[in-house]
Amino acid sequence: MKILTLNFLTCARKACKPQATSFPLHPADSTLEIQESDLNIIFLQNILPRLDWPALISITTELGLPGLQAEPPEAEDLVVKEGGAKAEGEGMEVTEKSEESEKEASQLGKDLHRLLIETTIQEGKLMCACCGHEYAIKEGIANFLLPSHLV
Amino acid sequence: MSRPEDQLPPDLYYNETTSKKYDTNSRIKNIQAQMTHRALALLNLKSPSLILDIGSGSGLSGEILSSIPPPIGPHTWIGADISASMLAVALEREVEGDLLLADAGQGLAFRPGTFDAAISISAVQWLCNAESSVETAEGRLKRFFESLYIALKRGGRAVCQFYPRDDRQKKMVSSAAIRAGFGAGLLEDGQGTKAVKVYLVLTVGASGDITGVVDGMDGVEVEDGRKRGGKKGVKNTRRDEITKTKARLERKGRVVKATTKYTGRKRRIQF
Ligand SMILES: C[S@@+](CC[C@H](N)C(=O)[O-])C[C@H]1O[C@@H](n2cnc3c(N)ncnc32)[C@H](O)[C@@H]1O
Ligand SMILES: [Zn+2]
Repeated sequence: MKILTLNFLTCARKACKPQATSFPLHPADSTLEIQESDLNIIFLQNILPRLDWPALISITTELGLPGLQAEPPEAEDLVVKEGGAKAEGEGMEVTEKSEESEKEASQLGKDLHRLLIETTIQEGKLMCACCGHEYAIKEGIANFLLPSHLV
Repeated sequence: MSRPEDQLPPDLYYNETTSKKYDTNSRIKNIQAQMTHRALALLNLKSPSLILDIGSGSGLSGEILSSIPPPIGPHTWIGADISASMLAVALEREVEGDLLLADAGQGLAFRPGTFDAAISISAVQWLCNAESSVETAEGRLKRFFESLYIALKRGGRAVCQFYPRDDRQKKMVSSAAIRAGFGAGLLEDGQGTKAVKVYLVLTVGASGDITGVVDGMDGVEVEDGRKRGGKKGVKNTRRDEITKTKARLERKGRVVKATTKYTGRKRRIQF
């Protein structure tokens, strides 16, 4: 399970859904694995406003991952500022690619890609702080099936 | 012809053997790819998006989402499926999407406004069969559509291609969606033929019937998903296939996972 996904999942139990403590789920006994993938900065900028930043901070702390800045970044913080470090690109031929896809990721952009997309929980469990239910994660797949009386 | 939905619940029907067969059948692969491209055209996304794939199976539909080139893609997807065997095949395939073992009929557990869009290819008809005597098909459809409605961002769309048993079931599914708050329209490719494909197009934010919206989409170009055909008669193992895909991605300068003795291995997830 990607950390990105964890930032969007709540407890599945009906009784928990209205409770604030049903999000985020708390990882425990986690085995982490990095799975490399292409950086997609436009995608990161797209989902940035949808992230729950305080939850992301608590999840990374619980997993023992490097700390995050206290304030959520803005979309423009994920790319290298115009006219800055990119001077050597000037005069180069303009390709048919759209301007968007030429944006160069900043260190923060790269770090967020590593954290949200490439860092995965392979084994472990997710705990609901509201009801105590544990969702097992095996081979990177979380089990959200509920016994029918909890649905 | 007997429908698989009438034989067994989905997690039992899609056991290890059936999941394997499903995933390696090139005819199925082509059809699923075509329908996913059609669903994507109906979603009309403009940039790399976060997409939920309900009943993602072995990842045939999800793979298409990952393969859309910039500037529109590639999309990032989360797949939910009730069959551990199907998910195991998806793991073997090393799909890029994140996977969850979940029953859509129990409702999905995502924060409000998580997804830009959702697709479901050939899965929703399974919700029309109650899994046990304490459940009803209506109850399962209700939980599914209500939780889907919440999980989508305002203005978001979902496209569910499904195989209704008959008109009554088609109606039952679309009215469950409308009751959950969606604007809904049905679109049929190949109407009146045996190969008819039914797409339920759902919007968040427009309520009631959106037949008009769907009518306007009728001329949408369907991309041909059959381009990765390969030579006929040559049978590749899963490992060969994965290695080939990796080599192709690597040539394009992408970072891929190193091929190890685990690549393409058999997986078992036992919960
Ligand atoms: C025909 S397969 C389609 C898989 C994939 N979307 C594709 O296009 O290849 C249908 C899938 O729906 C899944 N399914 C059936 N009922 C489900 C449910 N209640 N919740 C989640 N998945 C379900 C099955 O396990 C199966 O993998
Ligand atoms: Zn709970």
